[in-house]
Amino acid sequence: MEKHVVVIYPHPDDESFGAAGSIVQFRKQGIPVTYLCGTLGEMGRNMGNPPKANRESLAEIRKEELLAACNVLDIEVEMLGYWDKMIEFEDLTEVALHIKGYLDNIEPSLVITHYPGHAVHPDHNALGKAAIEAVRMMDEGERPVVWAQAITRDYRETLGEPDVINDVSDEIDTKMKAIFSHTTQAKGVLSQFTQGGLSEETIQTEIKKRFSTEEFYIWDFHM
Amino acid sequence: MKPIDIADVQAYLDTFENKPVYIHLETTNGAYAHHVDEKAVNAGAFIRNAKVVFTRGKITGDNGTFRVGLKLDSGWIYTEGLTDWTVTDAGELLLAGHDQEGRLFVALQISERPFRYE
Repeated sequence: MEKHVVVIYPHPDDESFGAAGSIVQFRKQGIPVTYLCGTLGEMGRNMGNPPKANRESLAEIRKEELLAACNVLDIEVEMLGYWDKMIEFEDLTEVALHIKGYLDNIEPSLVITHYPGHAVHPDHNALGKAAIEAVRMMDEGERPVVWAQAITRDYRETLGEPDVINDVSDEIDTKMKAIFSHTTQAKGVLSQFTQGGLSEETIQTEIKKRFSTEEFYIWDFHM
Repeated sequence: MKPIDIADVQAYLDTFENKPVYIHLETTNGAYAHHVDEKAVNAGAFIRNAKVVFTRGKITGDNGTFRVGLKLDSGWIYTEGLTDWTVTDAGELLLAGHDQEGRLFVALQISERPFRYE
């Protein structure tokens, strides 16, 4: 059984779309989970529909949404304070050391982050790289296991069968509740994955199917 | 934000003329444009807190979308596709263009003090 799980993603909502089901499974076992959230998503373009946020109010609104989602998932959250879209332009070692500070303190047995180079958004790739670098900096015997998440369309063809395939259909209702805690983001993000003209019921079924599996690769520090 | 009223926005633009102001200018089609449609290219740019002085600021346009041009001593600032506007409690003038799903694709903002940057 895990001792403590640390989830490291750059945006409020990455935790809900990407790993909420696995997180709920850990929490059901009583395992503490801490989310290190890289930015406040302050440069996002989804403002709600109709728009309820604007460029200047978005950070505060997304922070509230993040706290609501973490409340649904029953996890701790730390905000790392980077500027949305700009993580890849920071110094990788500085970001890695920043993350390592949290890991040294928390001493997790498992870290979940994005798979660098296979995670679509530049922030995902950059923070995933920094998170893995932070673990690499630790003494080999003290390193937590790293689950890296790829989200490119062809990651299975490129990277092969994932090492961890979590069926989270029993946790899907809580996962959807966490996703919809991100009020300004949920519909805009979900609409990208569904064709127009479908009934609300069909959309819900499609979404549940799509988000009922969470897949990860166990990072190999010897490669 | 609310739909742009050209006379109201023009009145606010006038108040920022001939004094140092901070500009936030951006355009984006989203970080997932290519992920969602392989033929699309992610395109975007932003400048946050460029300090400029403009000698004339003017809003034009019709049919619900508007353009703003700011004339500088040595150049221009231009924005197209603006649909909505507001003024924040801090006195920042926010202009933005939103698509039918409420997503922001362009923004021009003017303030006498820097916009939040950390």
